[in-house]
Amino acid sequence: MAINWFKYSSPATYYSLAGKLIPIFTVAAVLLAIAGLYIGFFVAPTDFQQGEAYRIIFIHVPAAWMSMFLYLVMAFWAAIGLAFNTRLSSMIATAIAPTGAMFTFLALWTGSLWGKPMWGTWWVWDARLTSELILLFLYIGFMSLQAAIDDPRRADKAGAVIALVGVVNIPIIYFSVNWWNTLHQGASVSLTQSPKMASTMLLGMIIMSLACWMYAIAMTLIRSRVIILERERHTAWVAELHEKEAA
Amino acid sequence: MLLWIIQRDLLLAMRRQSDVLTTLFFFIIVVSLFPLSVGPEMNMLRTMAPGIVWVAALLASMLSLGRMFSSDYLDGTLEQMLLSPHSLFLLVLGKALAHWLVTGVPLVLMAPILGIQYDLPADALFVLTASLLLGTPILSLIGAIGAALTLGLRGGGVLVSLLVLPLYIPVLIFGSGAVEASSAGLGYGAHFSLLGAFLLVAVAFSPWATASSLRISME
Repeated sequence: MAINWFKYSSPATYYSLAGKLIPIFTVAAVLLAIAGLYIGFFVAPTDFQQGEAYRIIFIHVPAAWMSMFLYLVMAFWAAIGLAFNTRLSSMIATAIAPTGAMFTFLALWTGSLWGKPMWGTWWVWDARLTSELILLFLYIGFMSLQAAIDDPRRADKAGAVIALVGVVNIPIIYFSVNWWNTLHQGASVSLTQSPKMASTMLLGMIIMSLACWMYAIAMTLIRSRVIILERERHTAWVAELHEKEAA
Repeated sequence: MLLWIIQRDLLLAMRRQSDVLTTLFFFIIVVSLFPLSVGPEMNMLRTMAPGIVWVAALLASMLSLGRMFSSDYLDGTLEQMLLSPHSLFLLVLGKALAHWLVTGVPLVLMAPILGIQYDLPADALFVLTASLLLGTPILSLIGAIGAALTLGLRGGGVLVSLLVLPLYIPVLIFGSGAVEASSAGLGYGAHFSLLGAFLLVAVAFSPWATASSLRISME
């Protein structure tokens, strides 16, 4: 069965499809989060070194994964939008950015909450912490550039350029920050965990990651629907939709 | 074409020398502020010097980015440049090099004097100057992308710093790292090789990204 992808690249079709998908992903996110948190709090054993405090891993690690992954997805859609001049792709890139920034912030925040009892400090200039912080700056740069440009098409394209420049730079930044720390001195604290992780811990983390995935998809769909309505407010199909909802 | 645009931009800069001097004095003032804020402890200042000089150079180079395209944009020259049959890549490369000659080179020349203020030994001064010489063109090239993207936007100056500063980080790390490595008795060759690699990558890609950003901003 061949799916006509171009059909769903039209904002009008996408709008109604996204409307149907949002409840599915939202429910999936809530159910997975409940399951993941249950495993995290009640099933997973207490870590013999870190005690109960390690349980923040169940939100920290998924958030960190999502923060990096969402930047790549965002840059991918921005690149598609720039290359093929498809409006919807750029809108999705714009819709992903705040969720990605939120996860980046969450990873930093939970990380520092975790760092305080474990390392005795809220923040260390460890390579990973620093590169996550820089990732947050990249998200903020992308969003503020788009916010400063009034013309939405120009905002899309300008955002795409800066997102792509960021993608080229991410490995460079990552490795330079790594070398920066190791050239100086050995890290006084290491982020590496105990070598073997209990399988229930891993399971909880994977389920929580899936929950974050579903949440990110639902949020992106919701936000892209709002962006579509805002940009297409002068078109006939939005007017029809409005009349239908008003009636 | 490349030489022509460099020559033209240099001529324009020479007609307005105060702009060049403002950037240079900004650099000097920022570097001089640090002893006042952290105290005149010479041992501490000596270890902080490379970082301070590098951050100040970063800020000075960034602050002058706005001038790279804006006057040409306002009087319509930039539009004619985009319409011209010549390669936009070379044109942008020329403008970035001119920006470096006008803002980067004075900083490089000034750095040893500021380093003496911080009591850096002679070989550290040499490494600092050389690292700035290699690093500042990268700053101009990366900054050109930000300047092109924020062309004609309100609040462009603050915005350009948000866009460009995270991208400057690798240059900052290896630029000031080279000086620290040499004072610690380690080799600084690796740092210089990496800076050189960044420069080559920036020369190859940044004019291209800048050219497409200019097209986006001007349409």
